[in-house]
Amino acid sequence: MIRSDVLKSLIPVISDQLVVCNIGLPSQELFMFDDQPSNFYMLGTMGLSSSIGLGLALVQPKKVIAIDGDGSVLTNLASLSTIANNDCGNYILLIIDNGSYGSTGDQPTYAGRKTSLAAVAKACGCENVVECDAVETAATVKAALDADQMTVIIAKCQSGNIDVPVIEMNPVMIRERFMAEVRR
Amino acid sequence: MVKAIDTRIVDDLVRNEISFATTVPCKQLAGVIEAVDNNNRIMHVPSNKEDEGMGLCAGAYMGGKRPCIIMQNTAIGVVINTLATLIQYYQIPLPMLISYRGEIGEKVACQVEMAVHTKALLNQLAIPTYHFHNAEDVDELDGILKYTQMCKKPTAILTDASFWSSAQ
Ligand SMILES: [Mg+2]
Repeated sequence: MIRSDVLKSLIPVISDQLVVCNIGLPSQELFMFDDQPSNFYMLGTMGLSSSIGLGLALVQPKKVIAIDGDGSVLTNLASLSTIANNDCGNYILLIIDNGSYGSTGDQPTYAGRKTSLAAVAKACGCENVVECDAVETAATVKAALDADQMTVIIAKCQSGNIDVPVIEMNPVMIRERFMAEVRR
Repeated sequence: MVKAIDTRIVDDLVRNEISFATTVPCKQLAGVIEAVDNNNRIMHVPSNKEDEGMGLCAGAYMGGKRPCIIMQNTAIGVVINTLATLIQYYQIPLPMLISYRGEIGEKVACQVEMAVHTKALLNQLAIPTYHFHNAEDVDELDGILKYTQMCKKPTAILTDASFWSSAQ
């Protein structure tokens, strides 16, 4: 399975949840498969999906799933320490780890070599860290949603991309319809 | 140690319904950061780096809170992309309370190297910028915070060493 297969398998689990989605192809794929007002698409700013999701989870009670990538987490690695030290049971960080910078041409990341993001998350103090195979991702996210505890999931998948259109939606519209879902 | 000026600033934040703050420390800001941390009307989530902090602020805003970030002016070198592609692009109001290191009274020469770029960078980003130099300049804060929410932009409040040393 590649990242787009993982995202497609997640739709039944995440469609009605608040989702903050990483910049680039992950957001474009999610937009194409299942555009929802409850999806916040990052159109810029690599690395901040986990932070935006945490800020949102800390201030309101609904569950928040932040979808991130291995390359993006590596660019904001200290976020894992902020997550660990600001525990909230409604936050799930899903790192789809394909070992490459998918949106820029599949250049390898260090997470695909010697660096274990699960070990980093644990060392940062995250208490519920689950590493799973791509096929188990949807079930793992479902279990985390049911568990009411902060969970960091690292889903390992193959690198590779499909053709997807860019998101042409206005950023303020993305934000405002997302905020309406948060308030709903 | 929290001084009267720190309490005054935090009171202005609270009066303007700022209920989420992220901070990256600076010596000049130690008192105000302590006052934010002590105030139970403001959720304080320290961040490791200022771009991470702006991500937290964006999330908190979408969750219904009014955020602010407290940081040093050297951070402008870190957050330009985040300001342009997250805070400005999605129109998120974000007051930035910034210690303006490297101005008159500075003891560390290297701080001057970012001080000389600070206003030029903020200007280039078209960020409304205010410079607190005398103690009474803090009277502007309430209006700046209201203006920030009205226009849904990031705004910069530069607080220099003269301001902090003249304020009680
Ligand atoms: Mg990747």
